[in-house]
Formats: sequence, structure tokens, C-alpha cells
Amino acid sequence: MTKKNLVAITGNDAAAYAIKQINPDVMAAYPITPQTDLVQTFSEYVADGLVNTEFVTVESEHSAMSACVGAAAAGGRVMTATSANGLALMFEIVYIAASNKLPIVMPVVNRALSGPINIHCDHSDSMAARDAGWIQIYSESAQEAYDNIIQAIKIAENMKVRLPVMVMYDGFITSHGIEVVDFLDDKVVNEFIGDYKPNHPLLDTEKPLTYGPLDLYDFYFEHKRQQAEDIKNSKPVILDVAREFKNISGREYKLFESYKLEDAETAIVALSSTAGTAKAVVDELRDEGKKVGLLKPRVFRPFPYNELAEALSHLKAVAILDRSDSFGAFGGPVFTEIRSAMVEYGKMPENINIIYGLGGRDINQQDLKNIYGQLGEIVETGKVGDRIQYYGVRE
Amino acid sequence: MAKLKEVSKKKDILSPGHRLCAGCGASIAVRQILSACDDPVVVASATGCLEVATTIYPYTSWRSSFIHNAFENAAATISGVEAMYQSLKKQGKIDKEIKFIAFGGDGGTYDIGLQSLSGALERGHDFVYVCYDNEAYMNTGIQRSSATPRGVWTTTSPCGEVIPGKTQYRKDLTGVVAAHKIPYVAQASIWRWSDLIDKAHKAFYTKGPAFLNVLAPCPRGWRFPSEDTIKMSKLSVQTNFWPLYEVENGKWKLNYKPKERKPVTEWMKSQGRYKNALRPENKWLVEEIQKDVDDNWKRLLELCGEK
Repeated sequence: MTKKNLVAITGNDAAAYAIKQINPDVMAAYPITPQTDLVQTFSEYVADGLVNTEFVTVESEHSAMSACVGAAAAGGRVMTATSANGLALMFEIVYIAASNKLPIVMPVVNRALSGPINIHCDHSDSMAARDAGWIQIYSESAQEAYDNIIQAIKIAENMKVRLPVMVMYDGFITSHGIEVVDFLDDKVVNEFIGDYKPNHPLLDTEKPLTYGPLDLYDFYFEHKRQQAEDIKNSKPVILDVAREFKNISGREYKLFESYKLEDAETAIVALSSTAGTAKAVVDELRDEGKKVGLLKPRVFRPFPYNELAEALSHLKAVAILDRSDSFGAFGGPVFTEIRSAMVEYGKMPENINIIYGLGGRDINQQDLKNIYGQLGEIVETGKVGDRIQYYGVRE
Repeated sequence: MAKLKEVSKKKDILSPGHRLCAGCGASIAVRQILSACDDPVVVASATGCLEVATTIYPYTSWRSSFIHNAFENAAATISGVEAMYQSLKKQGKIDKEIKFIAFGGDGGTYDIGLQSLSGALERGHDFVYVCYDNEAYMNTGIQRSSATPRGVWTTTSPCGEVIPGKTQYRKDLTGVVAAHKIPYVAQASIWRWSDLIDKAHKAFYTKGPAFLNVLAPCPRGWRFPSEDTIKMSKLSVQTNFWPLYEVENGKWKLNYKPKERKPVTEWMKSQGRYKNALRPENKWLVEEIQKDVDDNWKRLLELCGEK
């Protein structure tokens, strides 16, 4: 374990610093709020000669992901970063990156997807990409964003995985908020991620290979089936990488984080920065003698359905928070998946879905207290009321 | 100048057995162009006829490294491949010479891929981009593109009771690319094969971005017999419909001047897609098309300092 190297820094600058330490061979990126500072800070590292990276300053996110696919297929370490509409613009190629099994790592600074246009945080952007075949990891804080980006390289490039990884953190709340972050030494990061191992690189012209052929009904389905298997198999690798990361950082990561959950009667499930707020509320309510807890999903793809359902199974009631909607569906994406997992597990506490915070609508400690209060009432009365609720909206 | 004897000795990178149509101008263009490269090459292709007919899984017609990504992003894709090459070269991880080339049809280049192309040209990647221009979306069944000439029938510019085929002139893509002030831009044809191979060689061995716009006659889409592909290519040049020129470091140069310019009707008459435009009642349209060809030629002569 290394000594502490504490720095007061924004989430975007922490992410840029992680990318500097990773020192990818190619970075192709386009600026978009709230990711912009990440790209700006990284540009300075390039301008000062602090990285070996060929920085491809593309004219759009579509070209960013297209260049990433070309660069990764060529045979090297490749990164990009985006938010919201940028992710939507590159959507077509996001799928192609995964189906070509290219280990690209992309921080996604969560922002509401238009329209109407809005620059603030919700998870509608990355949730829209949940079926694209990428591993998805959510981060609560700048520290977690930094740690997850470094781990993502090692996960993506593992020969049993070879899949792209998105690392999410909340727009403005985390990207622009200043936190104390503990940086690892360059040498420690380098040793942790190791050298890039090319796999069928285009640049090996002695062994020519065709990427992206036309794949019709006689083979396409088998290839998609393999893709399903590959992402499923990434779960033990994600856990192995987390264990190794603990050895170099002292910081523990799992598929999700349980906070005072073991003996809790009610709990909230929340992604990213909201989980940080919820921890403070849990502490406060615990002081009042209330048995409340929190579950913060970290790895959303592959979705650890069995583990999540098991961790929640002893509760009397749970509120599953979604910072995005799935219009016309039975609740938000986190809710539908967890509820389905609980049904499969066979033990389902009473549950409600809270859709909140769209377009950056703030959620504070009192809001979360209200939600815990509602769970208390459900336990007391046995009455659920509206299962799917929009919280904090004028109706 | 390219010599047939030497060119014929080279092993084709695009191997026989692909599923492009008999008489396809695109495959002829690709083979001529790739014969001009003396180094290993990485080929990228936009979605289109060339890609779907040469890479039907589990087969491939490509003897070189090849990547297809999507329709509108061949330029961005090859720019990523080239960026990785430059990065690894700078880091001393690779030292051999490799060339990079992207092929796109007119749909993938004039239309949906124009932004991607423009970006890659502006960034100055060391690569060649080839538009094989068959003047419509042929892969999806002959829909009009911004490269489709005026008066032409396509399935989305049909000749109806009111509208006689495509009403707009085509986009001057070669001019658009030249305006990027990249080191090398050329317009070429498969009929003048030695001119095309020379231009391809220049494009490969010019540092920075290079662009070739090659007319690729399409028997299916243009409605002519598949044995007439080269004849079509020849007529396009002899009528000044598709002039051959290059822009090298900003200097415009005409590469072929017909002794006597043939009327554009010679070109139009040879193809079924112009059938409606050639009806007596559409004489005005033919006159306008001829005037457009003449005006463009005059402008080109001025740019090239010719009289």
C-alpha cells in the first residue's frame, strides 16, 4: 500500500488525471458539457508532452467513437469521454465497439438527454446505452470515478473479457464539485494496468484480418450469443480487479456497496452521488434508532441480479431510486431490473420506485428522509400506495 | 507513368470471387488504386456495395488488413487506425511503413459521410480517401444522392407526370475537398487507368491527407450492359461530364483534354437512366444539362490556367 497523496480536485480533473496516468495510445474525444473540463485538462497534458497519447480532436462524438473503433482495432489502448447528447450521437458506434470486442474505456459524465435541452445530471444518457454490450460502472464520488477508470482498463483488457467499459459519474455534482481525492503514484498505476496486449491488431499486416464483415442470419445470432456470454463472464474479472486494486489503494470495491444494510429493515437503492447523500441520512436516522440502510449499485452491466436480490431479501421494504425514466415501462430501469431479480430470488420485500432528479432537480437529505419515512409507513400499515412515484416534481 | 506489364504482375489485394456485379466500376477502381501501393496497406470501407459484396461472413475478399465500421464514418475510422500507427511509431513500438486508405461510395462520401471526411481532412491524418462515385445509393437499390446528376431517373427521383427525374445538379465534391487545402486532390476515371494509378501512387506517397474521386459506372443503376463499363467511363471523360484533373498543393492541373468535346447526349443516350430526359418534350432539360457541363468545363480550364 502506498502513502496518501491527497489532492483537492474536481471529478473531471480527477478523471483526466487517471487518463494521464493510464497514458492511452490514442484518445479521440469531443467536448460536451459537463465532460468538457476533462477534455480540456487532458489537452494540457498533451500540450505539455506529459503523455504519449495521440490525441484525435474529432469534429463530433460520432467520429470520436468511430476513431476509437479504428484505433482499438489497429491495436492499442484507447479512451474517450462524453455526456448525454454526445453519447446519443455516438450510439450507433457504441454498439459496434462492443460487438467488435474492443476494450475502449469511456468515462460518461451523466447528464440529462435532450429534449428539452438541459445540461444537468440525470442518468437518462447511460441508461439508454445499457443494452449496447458495454460494461457499466457507476461512481459515487470523484475518488470512485478515478478508481473506477483505472480499474476499467484492467477489466476491459482482460483476455477473458475484451469488452469496452463505461465509467459513470454525476454531471456537475461530481464532475465540477471539489473533493479530496487520494491519487496513486504513476508507477503504481502503470504496474497495475500493465502493458497493452494487442489481440488481432490491424497493424499486424503480416496477418491480415477483416473487421466488421457482413454477418447475416446464418451467423449473426451465434455472435450475439457469444457477446451475451462474454459480458456475463466479466463479473469474476471485475471482482478480481477490485481485489487487486484494494492491494494497491486500500480502497474496497465490489459489485455494489451495502451501507448499514445487514440489520436494516428498510433501505434505499440509489446510484452515484445520491448514495453519498443517503449515507448521511442513514447515519442520522440510525442515531434516532431507526433501522435503515442503503444499497448502492456499482456494476450495472453485467447486472448482478442474484447478489443484489440476496442483499435486499431480508428487508421489509425498499425504495428503488431511478434518476431516469423508461417512458411507458413499469418503472425506471433500476427498479424493473431489481424487482425482476427479487422475483427470481424468491424473496421480495415490499418495494416502491422513486423516479427523481431529472434534469438536475436537486435531491437533498430531507427528501431522502421523506422516502425513508414513507418506507416506515409501508412497513407499519402494510399499504404501498403508488408503486411508481415521481418525487420532487410539480404535478 | 504506370506500366501495364508491371501492374499486372502485382498480386491483387482485392481477390477474385467477391460478389460485386459483373461490370462493376467500383472493383476495377479499387484494384487499379491498390496496385499503386508498394507497402502494406490497411483498408477501411464505408457500408456500401464494396463492403457488403467483399466481406460476407465467414468469407473475406481482402488480402490486406481491412475494417468496416459503419456507413458514415470510413474517414473517422481510418483516422483512428492511422492515429494508433502514429502513436505506436512515436513510442518506438512499430517501425515498418504502412499505408492507410478508406473507400466510400458517393452516398457514404458526398452525403452521410461528408462531416466525417471533412474532419479527418482538416486534422491532417496521413491517409488516402477514395470516393467510388456511382452516382446514387446503389447498394440499397438506386436511390438518388447528392452525386446523382440532373435529369437522372432513380427510385427516389422517379420520372413522374410532373417531375422528370432528379431536378438538382450534383454536388461538386472534388471542389469541396480541394477547398480543405489538403496536399493532394484528384478526379480520375477507370478508363484512363494509367492516369488513375499514377494519381493513386501520388496519393499514397504524399504526406498528409489525399483524396481521389473516381467515377465508377454501375450497370444496374445506370441501365447499361455490363460489358460497357469502360465505354461509359470513356464517354464521361470525352463529353467533359467527368473531367480528369488534380490539385497538388493548391495548384490545379488538367490531366486530359478531349480533342473534340462530344455532346453530352452521347453520354446520356448510352444509359437507360436518362431515357426520360431524352424525350423530345424535355429538350430544354438536355440543353440546360449541356450548358452546365460547358460552364463547369470553362471554370475548370480557368482554374487550371488552360485556354
